Amino acid sequence: MDDYSENGIGALRLTRRSFIKGCTMAAAALGLSESMIPRLVSAATSPQRPPVVWLHFQECTGCSESLLRASHPDLGRLIFDLISLDYHETVMAAAGYQAEENLKNTIDKYDGKFLCVVEGAIPTKDGGVYCKIGGRTAMDILAEVAPRSAAVIAIGSCASFGGIQAAAPNPTGAVGVRDLVHGKPIINIPGCPPNPISFLGTVLHYLTWKKLPVTDNLGRPLFAYGRKIHDHCERRAHFDEGRFVEQFGDEGHRQGYCLYKVGCKGPATFSNCPAVRFNDVDQWPVSAGHGCCGCTEPGFWDTMTPFEERLPEVTIPLGQGTVSTAASVGRTVMAVTAGAIGVHAAAGVVRRVTKGTAKKDEIREE
Amino acid sequence: MARKIIVDPITRIEGHLRIDVEVADNAITKAWSSAQMWRGIEVILKGRDPRDAWMFTQRICGVCTTVHAIASVRAVENALKLEVPLNAQYVRNMMVALHAFHDHIVHFYVLSALDWVDVVSALKADPVKTASLAQSLSDWPGNSAKRFKAVKEKVKSLVDSGQLGPFANAYWGHPAMVLPPEANLMAVSHYLEALDYQRKADQAIAILGGKNPHIQNLAVGGVTTAINPNRDVALNMDKLYWIKQLTEEVQSFIKQVYLPDVIAIGALNKEWLSYGEGVTNYLAVPDMPLDSAGTTFDLPGGTIFNADLGSLKEFTSFKDEYFRDNIKEHVARSWYQGDRDRHPFDGETIPSYSDFDPDGKYSWSKAPRFNDLPMQVGPLAQVLVGYAKGDERIKGYVDDALARVSSLAGVRVGPSVLHSTLGRHLARAIRTAVLSDYALKHWQLLVDNIDRGDLAIMYQPTFPAGEQQGFGFHEAPRGALSHWIVIENGHIKNYQCVVPSTWNAGPRDVHDAPGPYEASLVGNPIADHEKPLEVLRTVHSFDPCIACAVHLLRPEGGELSTVRAL
Repeated sequence: MDDYSENGIGALRLTRRSFIKGCTMAAAALGLSESMIPRLVSAATSPQRPPVVWLHFQECTGCSESLLRASHPDLGRLIFDLISLDYHETVMAAAGYQAEENLKNTIDKYDGKFLCVVEGAIPTKDGGVYCKIGGRTAMDILAEVAPRSAAVIAIGSCASFGGIQAAAPNPTGAVGVRDLVHGKPIINIPGCPPNPISFLGTVLHYLTWKKLPVTDNLGRPLFAYGRKIHDHCERRAHFDEGRFVEQFGDEGHRQGYCLYKVGCKGPATFSNCPAVRFNDVDQWPVSAGHGCCGCTEPGFWDTMTPFEERLPEVTIPLGQGTVSTAASVGRTVMAVTAGAIGVHAAAGVVRRVTKGTAKKDEIREE
Repeated sequence: MARKIIVDPITRIEGHLRIDVEVADNAITKAWSSAQMWRGIEVILKGRDPRDAWMFTQRICGVCTTVHAIASVRAVENALKLEVPLNAQYVRNMMVALHAFHDHIVHFYVLSALDWVDVVSALKADPVKTASLAQSLSDWPGNSAKRFKAVKEKVKSLVDSGQLGPFANAYWGHPAMVLPPEANLMAVSHYLEALDYQRKADQAIAILGGKNPHIQNLAVGGVTTAINPNRDVALNMDKLYWIKQLTEEVQSFIKQVYLPDVIAIGALNKEWLSYGEGVTNYLAVPDMPLDSAGTTFDLPGGTIFNADLGSLKEFTSFKDEYFRDNIKEHVARSWYQGDRDRHPFDGETIPSYSDFDPDGKYSWSKAPRFNDLPMQVGPLAQVLVGYAKGDERIKGYVDDALARVSSLAGVRVGPSVLHSTLGRHLARAIRTAVLSDYALKHWQLLVDNIDRGDLAIMYQPTFPAGEQQGFGFHEAPRGALSHWIVIENGHIKNYQCVVPSTWNAGPRDVHDAPGPYEASLVGNPIADHEKPLEVLRTVHSFDPCIACAVHLLRPEGGELSTVRAL
């Protein structure tokens, strides 16, 4: 096989040597330096299905589980037809050193070309001992794999922003990928778990157009996180008319009124949930009678809790008044400020208000 | 000569697990189970609103999504002496059953079938012969030669692409893989169909819970799924019937594919009905409550010691004292400081990581004990409790499944074969079938109750001043789960979870008694030291979940506040 490339070109009976020669000529014609030749060769001999390495760190596997629920594409089509899932602890048949060998083989063979998906936060405290796989810490594995990938997709709020283990007092110093990895394109797909549509949409965008989708300043693709939940909620008309659920199970609840007063965080949360919904049954938390919990926003475990208490600083229409300060909402510990609501970018302002956040040990490329 | 084999990571499980085994004369003589991750959700809960605990604890695990949420609201309700409306019980029960469908189907096909099924061997199968084999086991419409041919083509194109993806570098061709090519092709086809059916179970959950994984319709005191037959924004007959249809479709898959497949694999690997026994003390908790207070249940719970079904002692209510008073957790061999066992209300957790030491500390998992004894939890425990009790439904399914195994294997087998690696798989499939009947029963109970005009879904919780203690249990897919909470002036003072995978995956205790994983591996054959497939078979039979097993943490350098049990 050495004399022939793996697919496509081999069918033309072109030897690898003459192919490289052709590339050299093409490079010369394009005015490219000789250093570009290997890249041209590799692009032209790319595998049929793009290799994906999926790393699990401090996580609950809920993001992987959400993919099991996806319907378009479904998991079977995803792994048989669209990508080559070369390393994924939860589904791969190999175990032990053979599993770790798969990881090594993939990053060596497809150096700079594989997609790296990270699920889970990375503990940084005490040298990262709180998560080990094959004897190595999550930090070490990320430092080895991420710089050699083409791009990193952080799936879920843990890999994006640290997630639940980063909630105060963040006992293990958990952080997200963007806190550690620099010099690589990183897309965040937050949510707990995110809608598989948001993740798969990003992957398909990348596979089809060979570029990553446009994101906001938190690294979230705009096609999935470009709108505030409150702005496209089916219950918005009830909010505008001042019709609220006062407590779960009351008459207003049975009529489908607005859930703001029982804690809905839709006015401070950016996501496509009301539009794309979950599990192909036209449902999302609000249609199950529960408010949005703000799970696509950084630090939501601290900034959006208690979940059943209302967001402060939201102006209620029809002269019903404004809940003016955090103190007026009772036992709330929310750190959300007026600035964080309605200002897309400001969601990051409330980040890292948690005490005990570990000093970050940065992993840099090269 | 003894040789040490380390499997790290154990894949096709939730979380990060390392298994070490000592092998002499091609059989395992000693084993160590080591959990490799720690997050600290219980400490993060301290000081927070008890109404939020279920949202946090549900994130202990996304494979066991739903289950920690259920146990958590039950614990807070127990502390507040709060009952829940009947509708809320039925909605919760349906979600519990539907989640078990998803979880058990995914466990068998996605997480453990590849220990028994050689995907590469399926390429040698004749689709016509495969169809006649499959049709002899069940009349499932998917068992056609046409479909098996298409699946074979699909596997072939995967192999021809040179990119095996998740199927790369596995133990294909291992001498312990004894299924004929036709059985392998049938199983690969069912693997792909399982992906569709597990999704249907989740769809039914999402109609009730808003989404899945991680439902969002619970509340302390009930559920938030509003019921209003005259509105499209609440649970009405349109949505209810959708749930029923999805439930029935999955039930067909369970009874016509999953259960027959496990029976066939059991009969074709009958020696694995004798390996993997391990700890034969069993613990299950009752579930699928039939009343507001949780005093009558469809699923039985209790304890059995030394495989003696006559030793059954039942747990009878959500307030059961026999359950409440006899659980302790040991840390002698876990990466925590401390020298004594403690009751969950009296928990103390001071981490002390010291690398893997087989003679000392070697796991982030604690070692729970009941009356100072290791206990095996999981579907097998529940099926045995039901069998011991004489529960007609459970006994009927067990006797029927064993008769079919006997007939296929050509050897008569009785309930004693359930204490084994494949016995755990069989018990899990039986439990899934039992739950599929109960899911539809509780659907009917809900519909009848709505018909009586009862639309209640919540009893509002109130948090009195002072301190309250509570516990809540739930028979999760991996076994008995319990949450323990101490509330002080409306805030969480202490929170502990005693989790199925902690019971099963936990390390040795202060008496050097091994946990169920460790005990079950002893005596397993190891045909090829480089490919310890047999270790995977037995460990996977428990359905490990390590995120669940290890969830404890302490604040910076300090000690968890120590709370005395009353």
